[in-house]
Amino acid sequence: MPQEHRLILKHADAPGYTPDVECYTRHGGYEALRKALAMIPRDLPDGKKMSPQEQIREDVKLSGLRGRGGAGFSCGIKWSLVDRRSGKPIYLICNADESEPGTFKDRQILHKDPHQLIEGMIISCWANDVKLAYIYIRGEFPAGAKILNHALKEARARGFLGKNILGAGYDLEIHVHRGAGAYICGEETGLIESLEGKRAYPRIKPPYFPAVLGLYMCPTIVNNVETLCAVKHIVSMGGADYARLGTPNNTGTRIVSLSGDVKRPGYYEVEVGKASVGELIFHENFGQGLREGRRLKAIIPGGSSSKVLKAGEKFKLKRKPPDGQMVATDVDLLDLPYDFDSLQSAGTMSGSGAIIVLDDTRSMVDTLSNVSEFYAHESCGQCTPCREGSLWMSKALDRLSNGQGRKQDADYLLHIAQNIQGRTICAFGEACAWPVLSFVKKFKDEFETRGAEQEAARAGAGTAGGASGQ
Amino acid sequence: MFLHALQEHFGFISKDAVEWTASKLGLQPINVHELVTFYPMFRQEPLGRHQIKVCRTLSCALAGAHQVRTFFCKRVGLDPHKHGPQTTSDGHYTVEFVECLASCGTAPVVMVNETFHEQVTVEKAEQILAGCRAT
Repeated sequence: MPQEHRLILKHADAPGYTPDVECYTRHGGYEALRKALAMIPRDLPDGKKMSPQEQIREDVKLSGLRGRGGAGFSCGIKWSLVDRRSGKPIYLICNADESEPGTFKDRQILHKDPHQLIEGMIISCWANDVKLAYIYIRGEFPAGAKILNHALKEARARGFLGKNILGAGYDLEIHVHRGAGAYICGEETGLIESLEGKRAYPRIKPPYFPAVLGLYMCPTIVNNVETLCAVKHIVSMGGADYARLGTPNNTGTRIVSLSGDVKRPGYYEVEVGKASVGELIFHENFGQGLREGRRLKAIIPGGSSSKVLKAGEKFKLKRKPPDGQMVATDVDLLDLPYDFDSLQSAGTMSGSGAIIVLDDTRSMVDTLSNVSEFYAHESCGQCTPCREGSLWMSKALDRLSNGQGRKQDADYLLHIAQNIQGRTICAFGEACAWPVLSFVKKFKDEFETRGAEQEAARAGAGTAGGASGQ
Repeated sequence: MFLHALQEHFGFISKDAVEWTASKLGLQPINVHELVTFYPMFRQEPLGRHQIKVCRTLSCALAGAHQVRTFFCKRVGLDPHKHGPQTTSDGHYTVEFVECLASCGTAPVVMVNETFHEQVTVEKAEQILAGCRAT
């Protein structure tokens, strides 16, 4: 039976659990940090020694941890790309700018268990020789920023943070930086620009890979809140044991944010890939299905920028049984395991782990209009295709939503979206184009019918008006 | 940080505040002004004492955010058909739609100044307004 496996949110919702340091240490908090700082160099077969920091980095690689922010990139590889020979300081930034529509997992950690994030950050900083780190928290979380600042103060008072941490001779400072309501600050290079006190215009890659030229042109690691929390658990339980959770190449646990037309929306921490899309929506342990009399129409599987999946869609999924050759099987949308690779095979992504469910009472035109308005508002304005295109799409959809549409608007939308994707500095271009491409392609009838009906209605009104005028 | 502090103190970031900030930091005023215009949370004019921000984005919209905003507008005497932030003439209330507040599981959500309200129905919105009037 599919059920939650709470690792990161183990205590967050327990009765009486509070975000203060006493409560956290009572529940075994900061033990992973003690363990990390007490590690000794390991002898390698070739006579060399592997430092404790290298051991942790190896362990994170071994754990298979993939970033929980959206791209699902291997955390261990990200860390291994950091330029450690430049002689410049290395920075670590926690991306707490949770703002992908549908996502509300980091909110839980930040508000209910801030010390877990701080412990994960301290360990990650130590493993990467970082002396100064930042938490970039979105402006709309004022309470979260206060809780974090208080928690950092507590950690300093207890010797977990600041000079000579726990007597191990390691110094680290962490600062909280509040954003001010711009979605693009969740894009890592935009975030870095914002942290430097500028407009959050994403930087072009190459050459500005954060691992080499990040904050103040120094090597920088940017990790999501949930990813950094996972590091703490990897150190506690060991990378190999962590990798046993979840499924191969999709290891560990992940917090899924479920919202929209389900009976029980909420956040559910599951082993990655152990629950299917259908189970997350319908099972009694999760979404508990749709409201009475409603049927599933579509789901947005990984935050609103991921491509929509239509109810009844079938996908070819490549699987490798333990003893055999790779076989491709047909899998229904509802049987799709909710993990990084399966959703990628289905032509979409698990993104930030946010599922938005749409039932048969929803108009795809109006839904897409809402999504596109978001992206038109949030485009940073740096690249022309995105700045102009996101607004054109939103205007066309607004027309269709409000009775002024045309039949050819469906093709017009596809044309614009195709000219945005791949032509922008950052992935926002794809984020605003993909919903349009997938909604219009998969529900083209709905868009064309709506446009045609509105054209006919206007023509009818025009003739009637003309007739009465004669 | 600096701009947040100014806004917290004055309620908005005036032209004078921009120029003062620039001179303190050795920047041109445009370098500060471009930030104030870029980030939606920074305001260039004073808003109402109670700033009611209704989340407009998908999950909240599916759960009835439009009805909630319309209710707030009508109740305090603002035009629900107008776009953008609107402030009542007595300066008590500003009502506006904002983008995703990252609490989609408890939609629709509303923030009044720094206080967060979840699963807002029309009845709950009435209570929120009563709470505003009491302060």
